[in-house]
Amino acid sequence: MRFRWFHLLLVIPFAFPFSAGCSGCNKREANTIVIVSSLPRTGSAKGQTDTMVNGIKMAIDEYDGKIGDFKILFQDKDDAEASSGQWTAAAETANANAAVNDKDVMVYIGPYNSGAAAVSMPILNKAGIAMISPATTATGLTKKNADNKDEPDIYRPSGKLNFTRVVPTDDLQGPIAARFIAEELKKKRVYVLNDNERYGEGIAKEFESGARKLGLTVIGNEKINVAQQEFGALMTKIKNSEGGPPDAIYFGGTTQSKGGQVAKDMIKTIPNCVLVVPDGCYEKAFIDSAGAGLEGKVFVTFGGQDPTRLTGAGKAFVEKYKEKYKTDPEAYAVYGYEAAKVALAAIKKVNKKDRDAIREAILATKNFSDGAIGTWSFDQNGDTTAQIFTISEIKNGNFVPVKELNGLKPSAP
Amino acid sequence: MQPILADGNGGALFWELLVNGLVMGSLFALIALGYSLVYGIIELVNFAHGDLFMLGAAMTYTLTALAVSWFGTVTPGGMSFAIVLGLLLIVPFFCGGANILIDRAVYRPLRRAPRLVPLVSALGVSFVLVNIGQLWIGTSPLSLENKAQLVSDDSLIQMGEVPLKWKDAVVLITVVPVMVGLTWLVKFTRLGKAMRATAQNLVAAQLMGIGVERVIASTFFVGGYLAGLAAVVYTLKIGRIEYQMGFQNGLYAFTAAVVGGIGNIPGAVLGGLLLGFIYSFGGGYSQGNWVDALIFGVLIVLLIFRPTGLLGSRSREKV
Repeated sequence: MRFRWFHLLLVIPFAFPFSAGCSGCNKREANTIVIVSSLPRTGSAKGQTDTMVNGIKMAIDEYDGKIGDFKILFQDKDDAEASSGQWTAAAETANANAAVNDKDVMVYIGPYNSGAAAVSMPILNKAGIAMISPATTATGLTKKNADNKDEPDIYRPSGKLNFTRVVPTDDLQGPIAARFIAEELKKKRVYVLNDNERYGEGIAKEFESGARKLGLTVIGNEKINVAQQEFGALMTKIKNSEGGPPDAIYFGGTTQSKGGQVAKDMIKTIPNCVLVVPDGCYEKAFIDSAGAGLEGKVFVTFGGQDPTRLTGAGKAFVEKYKEKYKTDPEAYAVYGYEAAKVALAAIKKVNKKDRDAIREAILATKNFSDGAIGTWSFDQNGDTTAQIFTISEIKNGNFVPVKELNGLKPSAP
Repeated sequence: MQPILADGNGGALFWELLVNGLVMGSLFALIALGYSLVYGIIELVNFAHGDLFMLGAAMTYTLTALAVSWFGTVTPGGMSFAIVLGLLLIVPFFCGGANILIDRAVYRPLRRAPRLVPLVSALGVSFVLVNIGQLWIGTSPLSLENKAQLVSDDSLIQMGEVPLKWKDAVVLITVVPVMVGLTWLVKFTRLGKAMRATAQNLVAAQLMGIGVERVIASTFFVGGYLAGLAAVVYTLKIGRIEYQMGFQNGLYAFTAAVVGGIGNIPGAVLGGLLLGFIYSFGGGYSQGNWVDALIFGVLIVLLIFRPTGLLGSRSREKV
């Protein structure tokens, strides 16, 4: 074949990684402690994870990157792939293995998705690395449940706990949505949809049982086909349900499993119905994909407090965040910050570079108040005792909190 | 849990699903035609076709955004009508042109290669287009209505309890004349005659003095044009675009083309409509996650009894 100049162009992408120098091989000092985060940094969750990473960095900056004799180094890892636009098991596994093999890694902040946690938990558990997730909510990761008898033990091959999270679980979030529909919106008939994925199906079930307890009529609980691009036929069927259309639809799923399209098709087909979705849809991408006319029709539950509603240390954090990054923090910023603060407090307490000691110190966190969301503890499962939920509506393309509910205390009768 | 074939509201559900199926079927048929035309003429399953459709949808979104930034807020009415017309004029030409370029750059150099080679190249082109789409519109799904409500959500006609919405009407109003026009093009014009001749026997057509490469390029243009048209009406109806939307829609359309008899124009339309009805009634009368099983189940049963599809014949007259 004749040589052509543009054949050189084909070579460039392959040559580039080798010539760009090796960023991973600079020698660290022996007293370095690495905190790594594994979050979907590309794709539709990027807005959330940007703000989480900002929160983590702010926490580390507060210590000037130093605790006792140790230098704190932060690594921001991506568990998503651009081609899929969301987390992949391959990327999450690679991040977990890299953390295991890097003897300086003491704490693993993440992941963002419950499915990803199920992948990396056993790997990190064997190595005894503490995990603090700022976002995963699937119940089975930490608690015994009826759906899968092997959970959560399959995630703990070493028999010890290493996974903690600073957000409340779906067995609280689902019923909260039901309570909101029954008590705040005063609706009677609900239709439940789920995306047939781990998180979505689980939370839809929790919602359904919560709804039945509150005396709501559950017309159906149905899996949608997420490969489908639109749900016109499904919504037509729901509209023509026996006894008339429902007052409310609950969708257990995420933006990636077509939450936006469900909202869009519902508004088009059943105009008088409201939609309630869980925190998997609590991202800007959901609003972008759902379109216009969502005001007063679509509500999102989130296991935490909205930045605008924080007081005390939380308010101070929000101010500092605005000053530093020149934008309002999204809801998850606080939880990234909180997770890092827990990790740093534990490192400070043990003052040793020892995975096991740090893990134990993190799990033993009690009455923690150094962060931004008030005082809370980790319980015996590694779950937080802070259980305030925020329900937001969508106004002018933004989430606006309308109600805060406590997951444990039932509201006044 | 709803029983299968539950209909709580008299017959309204059936008729609404019928309308929905007709509309979705027309969309599948438009895309299916692109597969069928190209296959008919060079026996290539152009796997990149669905992704070309996706690029058309991205173009629709971008042009709408552009129009909104020029004219300010657009509501259904005169201005939105002009924009829809503009989209229907520009986007099909964009997709048609892109399809010619793809043929010229990738498939034409492989014209005399074994048949598997262009097939694999088509998969490669599909990846390239998906990545272009990803760079263009990003990885998150986007809603057209966040830019402008070009077609109203209201009903055009109300037949008892069954509405025909404007969005559905736009699809049907666009698709029907295009089908008629395509039939006319293939049956009664010089180009159509040349296309039919090329489809029957490429070498013989060349010997008869037909500019075969020009005919193939025209076929790619027509296929791309239809994909572009489908992309515009699809985006107006469904309202959400995503860089991966070409895969599922392309798969449905390809199935429709095979069901109808690939290479056969009325077959692609018939297959598309059939698929649309299965899609709609399947979604309405059974659980949503059974729809794909139904569609491909029908495909399998049909191919067992009619391996050439509903209207396909053993590669005699293909276009």
